[in-house]
Amino acid sequence: MPDRSTLLRVEHLRKVYESAAGEVEAIGDISFTMSAGELVCIVGPSGCGKTTLLKCLAGLLRPTSGLVEMDGSPVTGPNPTMAVVFQEYGRSLYPWLTVRANVELPLRHKKLSRAERDTLVADAIEAVGLPHAARSHPWELSGGMQQRVAIARAIAYQPEVLIMDEPFAAVDAQTRADLEDLVRELHGTRKISTVFVTHDIDESVYLGERVLMLSSSPTWVQEDLPIDLPPERDQLTTRALPRFTELRTHVYDQIQRAKRGSAAAPQSAH
Amino acid sequence: MTTHTGRIGPAPRPRGAGVRIASGFTFALGLPFLCVVAWGIWSTRSTNQFFPGPVTIFEAFVDTWAGRAIVDDVLPSLSRLAFGLVASIVVGVAAGTVIGLARWLRELLEPLLEFFRAIPPPVLIPVGMLLLGPTDTMKVVVIVSGAIWPVLLNTIEGVRATDSVMTETANSFQITRWERLWFLVLPAASPRIMTGVRQGLSVALILMVISEMFFSSSGLGYRIAYFQRNYLVAEMWSGILLLGLIGVLLAVVFGFVERRVLRWYHGMREVTRA
Repeated sequence: MPDRSTLLRVEHLRKVYESAAGEVEAIGDISFTMSAGELVCIVGPSGCGKTTLLKCLAGLLRPTSGLVEMDGSPVTGPNPTMAVVFQEYGRSLYPWLTVRANVELPLRHKKLSRAERDTLVADAIEAVGLPHAARSHPWELSGGMQQRVAIARAIAYQPEVLIMDEPFAAVDAQTRADLEDLVRELHGTRKISTVFVTHDIDESVYLGERVLMLSSSPTWVQEDLPIDLPPERDQLTTRALPRFTELRTHVYDQIQRAKRGSAAAPQSAH
Repeated sequence: MTTHTGRIGPAPRPRGAGVRIASGFTFALGLPFLCVVAWGIWSTRSTNQFFPGPVTIFEAFVDTWAGRAIVDDVLPSLSRLAFGLVASIVVGVAAGTVIGLARWLRELLEPLLEFFRAIPPPVLIPVGMLLLGPTDTMKVVVIVSGAIWPVLLNTIEGVRATDSVMTETANSFQITRWERLWFLVLPAASPRIMTGVRQGLSVALILMVISEMFFSSSGLGYRIAYFQRNYLVAEMWSGILLLGLIGVLLAVVFGFVERRVLRWYHGMREVTRA
C-alpha cells in the first residue's frame, strides 16, 4: 500500500534514446518516492541523465518503460501539478514580455478571476524580491534576477511539485548563494515540494532534506541519503558544521565511485 | 561671496533636442541637396533635352501631380499597393506559420515554393490579363504574387527556428494553442517576419509600377509610360521623382512600425553586444 503522504513515485524508470548511431540507454533503472513537502536534491556525475530524469518527471519525455506517479495517478504528459525551472533562464523567459507578463502567461488558461490572477502574480514577484522590476523586460535584468523571474513564474502556477533543473549552474557564486537561500526560504514558508537537480555536491547537501545520488549512465539510484542538518540553514554557519563536511565528503566519495563505475549495480536492474 | 564657488571656465552647453534634430536633418538632406545643386549647374550647360534641369522638373511635378492626377493616378496606385501589401503580409504570415509549425507540410511544399519563388512575377501579368482582365484585381494579384514570397519564406524560417527551451517551457506550463501562437510563435518569428516585410515592400512597389505599365488606364506606372511615349520628358522625370518619394515614405513608415514591434529585439541585442 502506498504511503498516504507519498506525492511522487518513480518505479523502474528506464529511458532509451533511439539515435542514428543506435540505442543509447540514458537511464537504466530509477526508483524512488517523495513525500509531500520534501526538498529532494538529485546529484550525479555529469552526463548521467539528470535532465532526462527530470523531463520524464515533468511529463516532457515519455519513459521507455517504468512509471512516474503523481498523487497516485500516472504522469503521461505535462500537467498542472508540476512547474519546471529550466537551467537556461535566458531561453526560458520570453524576451518580448515584461517580467510581469512572463509570470502571468501560464495562469491565463487557469480559470481564475482577473483579481485572483493579479494577486498570484504580484505575490510571486514579491516572494522572489523583484517587485521593482515587474515592468522591466527579462533581458534588462542580471542572470540571477532572471532566474528569480523563472522561479516566480513557477510558484505563481501553484504546482504541487517544483522541478528545478540545475537552475543556478549559469550564475556567479555570490548570486548562487542568494538563490539557494531563496529556494530554502520558499520551501520553508510555502511548503512547496521541490525536486532540485544539480551537479554541485555542496549545493545538494546545503539545500536538500534528502540527496539522491545517481550512478553514471545507464543510471540508477546509487544512494538515498537523508540530510540530518538543522532545518534553519545559513550559508556561513551551516557550511561550517562538521556534519556538513562529513555529508559532503560522503556524497563526493559516492560521486567519485560513480564516475569510476565501481559502485555495485542494484539487484533489481533489468 | 561665500556661496560662490568660482567658475573655471564656461560650462559646456548641453545640446538641446532642437539642435540634435537640426543636425540630423542636415546629415539626412545635405547630400540630396548637393546633388540637386550639381544637377542644376550641369543642366544649364547641357543641351540634352532628355535631361531637363531640376527647376523644369519641379515645375512639371507641381503641374502634373497637384490636382486631378492625385485622384486619377496616385490614389489608385497607392490603394493597389496597400491592398497588395496587406494581402501579402496577412496570407504570407498565416500560411508561413502553418507551414513552419508542421514539419511534414514544410517538407512537402519546399520544392514547390522554391519553384514559384523563382518565377519572375512580371511574367504573370499576361496570364493575369487573360484570366482577370485589365482590372484592379489583376494588378493586386501581380503585386501579391511577388511580395508574398519574402514574407512567407521568412515566416516559415522564423517559426521553424523557435527556441526549443521556449517551446518546452510552453509545453510544461500547458500553454494553450492560441496563447502559444500569440505569445510565443509569432513574437519569436517577428524579427524574421519584419525582414520579409521589408523585402516585400520594395518588390511590391516595383510590381505596382510594372503592372500599371501594361493594359492600364490609370496609375503612376501608366502615367509615366504615357509621358515617355509622348516625349513629355520633364513630366516623365517628375513621375519617377514621385515614385522615389513614395519609396522613401514607405521606408520611413516601415521603420517606425518596426521599431515599435521589435523594441524588445533591438533592446536585447544592444544588451548582448554591450
